[in-house]
Amino acid sequence: MAHSLSDRDVMTVSPHSLDPQEAYLKALVQTAQAVVPADLALADLRHRAEALLKEQTFPSTRQEDWRFTDLSAMLALDLGGAEEVTASESTIAALRLPETAGAQLVVVNGRFSPELSRLQGLPGGAIAGSLRDLMNRGLLPQSWGDYLGQASGSHEVFTALNTVGFADAVVLWLPRHVVVETPVQIIYLSQPQATPALVQPRALVVAEAGSALTLVEDYWGARSEAHCTNGVTELWLGDNAQITHSRIQREGMGTFHIGKTVVTQGRESQYGGTSVGLGARLARHHWEIYQTGAQTTTRLYGLTAIANRQHSDTHSLVALSHPHGTVEQVHRAIVDGRAHSVFNGRIVVARAAQLTNASQLNRNLLLSDQARVDTKPQLEIVADNVKCSHGATVSQLQADEIFYLQSRGISATQAQRLLIYAFAMEMLDKLPLASLRSALADAIAQWT
Amino acid sequence: MINESSDSILSVRNLHATVDGTEILKGLNLEVRAGEIHAIMGLNGSGKSTFSKVLAGHPDYEVTAGEILFKGDNILELEPHERATAGIFLAFQYPLEIPGVSNRDFLRVAYNAHRKARGEEEIDVFDFDDLLDEKLDIVKMEAAFLDRSVNEGFSGGEKKRNEILQMALLEPTLAILDETDSGLDIDALKTVANGVNQLTRPDNAVVLITHYQRLLNYIVPDYVHVMADGRIITTGDRELAQELESRGYEWLLAEHRLEVTA
Repeated sequence: MAHSLSDRDVMTVSPHSLDPQEAYLKALVQTAQAVVPADLALADLRHRAEALLKEQTFPSTRQEDWRFTDLSAMLALDLGGAEEVTASESTIAALRLPETAGAQLVVVNGRFSPELSRLQGLPGGAIAGSLRDLMNRGLLPQSWGDYLGQASGSHEVFTALNTVGFADAVVLWLPRHVVVETPVQIIYLSQPQATPALVQPRALVVAEAGSALTLVEDYWGARSEAHCTNGVTELWLGDNAQITHSRIQREGMGTFHIGKTVVTQGRESQYGGTSVGLGARLARHHWEIYQTGAQTTTRLYGLTAIANRQHSDTHSLVALSHPHGTVEQVHRAIVDGRAHSVFNGRIVVARAAQLTNASQLNRNLLLSDQARVDTKPQLEIVADNVKCSHGATVSQLQADEIFYLQSRGISATQAQRLLIYAFAMEMLDKLPLASLRSALADAIAQWT
Repeated sequence: MINESSDSILSVRNLHATVDGTEILKGLNLEVRAGEIHAIMGLNGSGKSTFSKVLAGHPDYEVTAGEILFKGDNILELEPHERATAGIFLAFQYPLEIPGVSNRDFLRVAYNAHRKARGEEEIDVFDFDDLLDEKLDIVKMEAAFLDRSVNEGFSGGEKKRNEILQMALLEPTLAILDETDSGLDIDALKTVANGVNQLTRPDNAVVLITHYQRLLNYIVPDYVHVMADGRIITTGDRELAQELESRGYEWLLAEHRLEVTA
């Protein structure tokens, strides 16, 4: 933060003395606001988010939602605003997926980079680029205010913090019936700077009725020093729209990564998301899906692979409020060293959501005695005519499977690698892009 | 085929083994020479399956006395994968399912592990596919099985054929078939037996562990051993198996003053 210790002392002299969490959040808000240029169009949205934050505190393990994810190490981090920096093409080149050529949006430290982005492969009608730039040029559809920051759950503390202080947002907007054949990739790069930064990328994806999109979001950082990414992506699917979404998080090992993906689905729309988390010192992903029409399909696949002292927390919510909804969710975690994986998956089936078909499975593979898993699959069903199942397993590698492989000449070490790889590949196979699948498979193979 | 002058493949002397502190093998002796087919029969609980697992080096079993010589070398200190690459193959009674690992990849990794142990280069994917095509024919398996996860969703017969496919590929010096006939219908049994017969050579040997004489109609053993109480109590030829089929085990156990416990 832009405050020295003495500044904080001054803050604590206020009439009601702030506890460390309150003081930290207040300072974060000021840090976030410092990078925001004056823009009247967003002033209302930012003010409302700021007001919401005044009623909240920085999360602690005393809150049920944060019981297993302790952010107290962040309190020691004096976060400043993310500087406006550029990245070299050589840094980005390795991350560009061949399938997304001509449809790549690059965001450096939370700011859209026109120089590094490649948009020539997008079809006519599709709108893509920086929110600020599109607004200035009058290219943003008038209805933007119905979407940006309007999804359910936007009051959540980190989402509101992002809304208060995102420097710019990336926009991808598909008008009715526009089908994007080329998969679109958004690369979020965190660049090193002298002091730890709060980086707040924001993306708004609107797929109007009948449109279709394959989207890859890739959070990437090579550095190991401390910083915090607090990213928010809002996806809106109109009636009968389709989005196939891959979210990859491979940030540097000093990163606190907080991410929000919120999906609002119209009638008969289909959202299929695959989230892969390998990086960060501490990662927390909020994945929220709101089905707002009948016959809507949601598929969520997740893979977490962490080691050493990494911590990764996936918090998902699928809220169904219309009939004939489908939800399939599978989340897998591989946990080694002293790492700690948390899964909290809620599926809420409201009374109106009759004939819902929902399944949820969380499988965890523990590779060391000191690794830890906390899992909480939750089904909350009010409707009475539904088919729902959920479950969770925590296991180690099976000795009998290892012996079977050994009996064919494969060493115990190689057998373990093969089994871990297989466990991961069953999730990575859900990724639609072959190059991404093979890059992550290599990452898993090296990791084991 | 018995040839008194051929090389020793397996020599087991006074083998004692325990699992969780309980002694299962109690002084087992067995000599197997190149070119021979041995059948080991016996009731449930006699120690047959334990013996096969001890040969393959299963970590749950502890050898407390005796020795196992494979081609003259003591293998007790070898890891399971080292025994495999040395030429010992165990066809499992209950082959494991390995979700997420394709049969093709599994076979290639295993085959390359054997090549590596012999100091040979790894085989490339295309040459390996050609090699597999030849081997598939031995067990009459469809190529589609190669792209499914190892044994996942396979029927009992398919799993056993997959075991023999692995044997065909790895060309072991000593193959131990643990109740490979159990749960097979007659057609699957013939296919499996036919596969094994194609793989027997003057320089390798097969040990069949079985409950029933039926398999021995298709794979003709040179020796038939009967196990009881952790030892081989008697040895004969094919006629012994037929006698056991018609008379049961009781008379034999009685002769050896052993109780029928299973």
